[in-house]
Amino acid sequence: MRVLVWIAAVWLLLGAQGAPVGAQPAVRPKVGLSGLAVGQAAPDFTRVGLHREPVKLRALLGRVVLLNFWASWCAPCLEEMPRFVAWQRQYGPTGLSVVGISMDDEAGPVVALEPRLHWNYPIAVGDEALGKLYGGVLGLPVTYLIDRRGRVRARYEGASDLPRMEDRVRKLLAEPSR
Amino acid sequence: MQATRRRWLAAVCAGILLTVVGGVPEALAQQGTALKIPQSAQIQPAALNKQFQGPVQGRPLLLQVGSKVLFGQAHIPGSEYVGAGAGEDALVRRVARVPHGAAIVIYCGCCPWERCPNVCAAYEQLLHLGFTNVKVLYIAQNFGQDWVQKGYPVEQSH
Repeated sequence: MRVLVWIAAVWLLLGAQGAPVGAQPAVRPKVGLSGLAVGQAAPDFTRVGLHREPVKLRALLGRVVLLNFWASWCAPCLEEMPRFVAWQRQYGPTGLSVVGISMDDEAGPVVALEPRLHWNYPIAVGDEALGKLYGGVLGLPVTYLIDRRGRVRARYEGASDLPRMEDRVRKLLAEPSR
Repeated sequence: MQATRRRWLAAVCAGILLTVVGGVPEALAQQGTALKIPQSAQIQPAALNKQFQGPVQGRPLLLQVGSKVLFGQAHIPGSEYVGAGAGEDALVRRVARVPHGAAIVIYCGCCPWERCPNVCAAYEQLLHLGFTNVKVLYIAQNFGQDWVQKGYPVEQSH
């Protein structure tokens, strides 16, 4: 009898945590959409840059990578880009590689921005597949810091605290490759 | 013509914001924002989710007016993409045969609400076309944080 009471209690408890009557269960996508976790290996990808150059993440192993997802219509993205240009200039010689992935629907608006933003790092146009590979890029900007061993060490979403990000870049640059 | 009007409306939105705020960064000044959309025309994510749990007949027409790349990664089930990536005047074409009193909800979620360059222009355009029951989904930060991570239903394009 006592066992039956316990079973009923557990059953009621589990039932109470389910969806309310009449509600549709959430349709969960098959892949995670919360971004990559810190410590995870950054997935490799290859894209063609604006100047027809290959942009391949794995080729940057041994360097600290700042991978920035952005779009031409995203004001916060455009505001932080001059800082990335400055960091590439300042920290490039000691091992920083900034990579910009535009999530624009087409390349035209991206190309049009080049004379204004003076990128000194590769820019490629991304797509849904690349967004999904990185755990969903469902709001911009999104920036990953990837260490010299190819591991995600930080993820920033939205308008970021750039001084803190820069401090993190410096610390990653100071870490040994192995 | 409609595209020109939409761009013009975006510029008006940005102009109003400039007048109110003053001295905003150049990038923002070029784009309309959602600050002009009255609160009465906004719908919160929880409220929209509740509507979509009700009968199909009572559901509004749900349109994503932002980025196609973001829509492909995740969108609200049943919503249709009519943003710039769908071609010129996609929004106008989609609502051409929709009764003006029909309930329409538009959303984007590319950027924080006050910096979204898409929903204000689309909202103004629908009003200009004569629609009287238009709501804009209030997404405070972005679609990922304010819809997906809240556990509301999503689907992906294949």
